Parts: sequence; C-alpha cells; structure tokens
Amino acid sequence: MSQFSGTYALIRKDIHSELRTRYALNALLMFVVTAVATILFALRSDQPTSSVLSGLYWVVVFFTAMSGLSRTFVSEEERGTTMTLQLVASPSTVYFAKLLFNTVLTFSMTIAVTILYMTVFSNAFVIKTFSIFAGTVVLGSLGFASASTIIAAIVAKANTRGTLYPVLSFPILIVLLMTVMNATTKALDGEEFTSALPDFQILVGYFLAMTGGSYLLFEYVWKD
Amino acid sequence: MTATGVTKEFNRRTIFRDVSISLSQGESLAITGRNGSGKSTLVKVVAGLLSATRGKVEYAVDGKPLEIENLRYHIGLVSPYLQLYDEFSGSENLELLSKIRSDVGIDSGRIQQVLETVGLWERRSDYVRTYSSGMKQRLKYAFAVLHRPSLLILDEPTSNLDHDGIAMVKKVVDEQKKQGVLIVATNDADEAGWCSANIELGKH
Amino acid sequence: MKFAKYGSITLITFVLVAGIAIPLSPSPQNWLQFPVIPGLEEKARNILYHVPVAWTTVVAFLVSTYYGFRYLKTRDIDYDIKSVSAAGLGFLFCFLATVTGALWAKFNWGSFWNWDPRETSIFVLLLIYGAYFALRSALETEEKRATLSAVYSMIAGITVPFFIFVMPRIMTGLHPGAKEVADPAAISKAQAIADSAIAVGSKTFADSALATVAQMNVGSAVPVVQLKMSPNMLVIFLLGLLGFTLLFIWLLNVRVRLARMEYERSTHHE
Ligand SMILES: Nc1ncnc2c1ncn2[C@@H]1O[C@H](COP(=O)(O)OP(=O)(O)OP(=O)(O)O)[C@@H](O)[C@H]1O
Ligand SMILES: [Mg+2]
Repeated sequence: MSQFSGTYALIRKDIHSELRTRYALNALLMFVVTAVATILFALRSDQPTSSVLSGLYWVVVFFTAMSGLSRTFVSEEERGTTMTLQLVASPSTVYFAKLLFNTVLTFSMTIAVTILYMTVFSNAFVIKTFSIFAGTVVLGSLGFASASTIIAAIVAKANTRGTLYPVLSFPILIVLLMTVMNATTKALDGEEFTSALPDFQILVGYFLAMTGGSYLLFEYVWKD
Repeated sequence: MTATGVTKEFNRRTIFRDVSISLSQGESLAITGRNGSGKSTLVKVVAGLLSATRGKVEYAVDGKPLEIENLRYHIGLVSPYLQLYDEFSGSENLELLSKIRSDVGIDSGRIQQVLETVGLWERRSDYVRTYSSGMKQRLKYAFAVLHRPSLLILDEPTSNLDHDGIAMVKKVVDEQKKQGVLIVATNDADEAGWCSANIELGKH
Repeated sequence: MKFAKYGSITLITFVLVAGIAIPLSPSPQNWLQFPVIPGLEEKARNILYHVPVAWTTVVAFLVSTYYGFRYLKTRDIDYDIKSVSAAGLGFLFCFLATVTGALWAKFNWGSFWNWDPRETSIFVLLLIYGAYFALRSALETEEKRATLSAVYSMIAGITVPFFIFVMPRIMTGLHPGAKEVADPAAISKAQAIADSAIAVGSKTFADSALATVAQMNVGSAVPVVQLKMSPNMLVIFLLGLLGFTLLFIWLLNVRVRLARMEYERSTHHE
C-alpha cells in the first residue's frame, strides 16, 4: 500500500517537475520534428514502401528516446537529489515510478510521431489494420520504456552519459526494434490481426522479461 | 542503533577500518577527524545510503529490529551532498518528499510547524532555486525533522548558517537528544561538544 | 589447467590437420573420406573451425555473465576479474567468428554480409561486448565498475533467448535451421543471391541457390543448405567444439592469473 502511494507521489513529482522545467519534453519534441523533417528531405518525392516507412518510424522513435529518456535519472544525479530520493523511497518505488514516467513519455512520443507521419506521408503512411498498429505502439512503448529505464539508471552513474546511452541501449533494443518494425509493416500492409500475434507474443515476453530482470537488478544500480 | 566492525574501501583504499558504534535512545555521538578522513562516508553508511565493504549496521526501534526497508521512516539527515528540488518551493518540497516516503500523519499543520522552527515560513512558496545557501541549509533541517525521526544525523551542521541559524540548530539538537539518537559529523570542537561521546577517524 | 592446456593444443591440432587433410569423395567408402555437400564442397571444412569459434563466443558470454552474477552476490572483486577476463576473450572469439563467417559467406552466399539471423546475432553480441567495455571505461570507482558492468551483462543476457528462439523464426535466413517462407521477399532475396553467385562465377553455389529458389516456389520446408554431417565429420566437429572450449578455459586461466597479478601490483603501488 505504502509502496503504491509512494510510487504515485514520485510520478506526480516527476510530471510536475517536467512541466516546470521541460527538461525532457522540449528535447523530445524538437527531436521528433527534426528527425521527421530530415527524412522528408531525404526521401524527396519518392514513394517509400511500407517496410521502409515503418523502419523509419521506429528509427525516429529510437533516436528520440535516446535523446530524452535518460533524463529521469541523469537529472536527479546532476542536481544531487539522488541521495534525497534514496533517503525517502525504496528502490522498487523509484524503479516503478521512473518506469511509468518513461512509459508515459515514450507513449506521448509515439503518438507525436504517428500524427506527424500521418500528416507528412498522408499517401504512404496509411494504417490499414488499426488493431495491429495500436497493439504494436502500446506494447512497443512498454518494452522501449522498460529497457531504456534500466540503462538510464546505469548511465546516470557513468561519466560520459550522452554518448554512452545509445551505445548501451542499442544492443538491448535491437530485438524489440526488429519485432515492432515487422509488426508495423503488417499494419501498413493491411494484414489480418492474427498474423501479428507472434510479434505480440515476443513484445509481451520482452517487456515482462526486461521489467522483471530490471526490478531484480535495480537495487544494485541505484544504491552505491 | 549498532554498527559492528564497519570498514569501507574505495578503489582498495581503506577509508576507515573496524568502526563499531552502539547508540541508544537519548545518546549522542560526535564523529570528528580531519578533511577526507571519512566522516561523511561513515555517515552515509550509517544512513543506509552506502553499503559497507565489511561489517554491518543494525537498527532497532522500541526493542524491535528494524527492516532496512522501513529505515526511511526513522532517519533524518542534514548534509552538504543532499539536495532538495530546485524547481519546487520550500513547502512543496516537504510535502512531496513526505508523500513519496508515504509518511502517515504529516499534515499541513506539521509542515507549517517545522517551517516556522527553521524560520522559512514567510518564504515557503518561493522556489528553492531562489533561496540563499543558508536558507537551503535551513530547509534541509525542516526536511530532516519533519517526520520526527528517531535517528538524526547532521553532517557539517552549521555550514552557511548565521547566528539565528546556529541557535535554531541547537534547539533541534536539544530536542533530538531528548527523544532519540543524534549523530554529528564535524570538524568544529564546539559542535562536537554537543554530544556525549566522540569518535575520531583517521588516527591509524 | 595442464589438462586444458595440452588437451586444447592436441585437439585443435588434430582438428586442423584432419579437417584439411581428409579428402572429399562423392560416395565416402571409409572413415578417411568426407562426403561432398552440394553447395559447400571444400568450403564445408570451415564448419570445423567457424562453428566452434562462434560457440566459444557464446560460452564466454555466459561465463562472464555468471561471474558477474557471482560478484553481485558476494562483492568479491575476484569474480569481477574473472568476469572481465572472460568478456575480453569473448570479444576476441566474437571477432574471429565474425571474420571467419564473413569470409565463408563471401565464397558461399556471394557477399560478406547478408543480415541473416545468425549473422545479426553475432553482430549484436559484438555490440554488447563493445558496450560492456565502453561502460567499464566510463566508471572510475572499482566497485561501481564491477557492479554496473555485471548488471549490464545480465540485462544483455535477458535478450539472448530472444535471439536464439525468436529471430530465426521471424527472419528468413541462410544458415541451416533458419525459417524459410515462400514469401516473395525471401524468394527475390534468394534469387538475388543466386544472381550474384552467377556474377562472381561460383557456378555450383548459383545452382544450389537457384534450387533453393525453386524449393521456395513450391513452398517446401527444406533448409537452405542441407547439413547432415557424416559420422567422421561429426566426430571431428565435436572434438573441435571440445578443443576450442578447452582453449577458452586455458586462456581464461592465464588471463585471470595475469589480471590478478596486475591488480596486486597496483594495490602495492598505492
Ligand atoms: N565515491 C567515492 N569514490 C572514491 N573515493 C571516495 C568517494 N567518496 C569519498 N571518497 C574518498 O573517501 C575519503 C573520505 O571522504 P569523506 O567525504 O568521507 O571525508 P570527510 O571526513 O567527510 O571530509 P570533510 O571533512 O572534508 O567533509 C576521501 O579521501 C575521499 O577522496
Ligand atoms: Mg564530509
């Protein structure tokens, strides 16, 4: 019970703080816009195939995540509030709060990317099987947030955070990336919902394994 | 609270070795030693923020052993490396940290009480970012005593404080000595004199 | 350790000699002849070296992760020394597996790199090792370095089952045992490989690749290259696995002793 209310209070604090400082939000939004604009320039008037488009979709999500998701831990570390947090909250409270906060961020980010894509690629980026797309975005965001949260906690303790974050995250996220790209292509090609079930199984399995492992290991990362 | 044979090493350099402390209700201890002798490190180990290389620290409240997960309800710490949130006001900081800890029975009345004790009630709704360093130190006291901890640890207790501030600290210290355990880490002989016992680090 | 040292030297020498010297024959009569595997021919010999090296890479990763786990449990820095020594060897073997694999792929499938599931997996393993060492060099306190790199290798370890079980199923591949679907993309890819094989003049391989295309078109589930080893090849192959594993054990031992000595020396210097 106290675990739950503490987690809830910490997420509220993070969201509040984010709304006041815009530490991550501005960076994320600008990154999304810049990346999509760059892709637009690169493709010019070519008609990209659905697999190219879904690949690029997740490339944008990946790099945007890499620019912003480590803030949750890095900002605590930089401001010297890590110990304050250690003093008032148990490691699992911190872990779940940060995981949920990152999930919210990732989810908002995928929605932003989706809206942008639907506007700028209005001909090519047509979601034919909405159920597959929704499932992929939700499960993919969960997996993304889960892996990036534990890596962010690790990176916050190191001294070359900026470059280290994508280096550590990419090998962990590659399975997830391949699966969501695969499933998104199916959504764009208008395949049956059932054809994406194996992908969803992988995504659920990935999220559960990653979150469970992180939960068990987080204490070692968090406490000095 | 008891610590037995606590040793801490960083990169194989021993900071202190085989420190044993035992403190119970109403007792107080000063930790002294020159700069870099490991006072703050020992404080972190005792506060459960850092694990000891060897040895262990145990706590008991009212004779019952205390689980490490519940330590946070019983410990208060003031120290230079503990920061509060810049983007929130003084009273917001107390409120949100208390909620994160899921304290029971801390209401706005209690928050007002501690803010008045440390003399920040008038400035309660200013962002901590705009506080002077002395005001920040005062706010740390408010945070440390908010939940009436049984173990209060003060590292460099009077840094950045004026006369009034030091008087405030003395009041907090006297209060704590009546109802709980107090540990002070300091270089100052006066401050060490507040405590009934003393250990000096770095004399090997 | 003497056992691992001389065992690995003997076995690997034997496998090297036997693997190269035993002649191929279309219909092997006795133990001193290898069968001809269509599409591989003489190149089949590489399986005796490439696969054991790749296998050792994975063993090294598991050993390193295991010692990392032990470190977290005991906080004994000696486990970190073992963990990082195993990871260093794993990195080396991973590099060798990638190179031998890429060369083999060039002669067999027409290009150095095809992103089939196994190639992707070894590439990711290379990235994981790289990330592991990048992380270590960014951490100054010894305890923190040991703890965080152990956590990282365990987190990376969580994704390994996904590579082994998942990827071969969702990706089309060229290695034996990979999924093969009669979908147009896979067929056109196989066709492209066959074309490129023709272009580089590898007629036999082009034939087998074209056969693959044909098989795909009828939707049959035969693996890309049928790999049924003859008993004598299998024995040598297994001895190769054992030999390289012993080599790993021996090298790990040497490295650990060396690392311990360096560790001791740096302690005394302070
Ligand atoms: N994270 C760390 N990594 C490596 N060494 C550390 C770390 N933290 C502290 N030390 C070392 O431990 C020793 C003790 O530091 P500590 O901060 O405990 O000293 P102190 O007694 O509080 O000093 P002061 O009087 O200046 O506050 C110092 O030599 C310091 O260099
Ligand atoms: Mg100090």
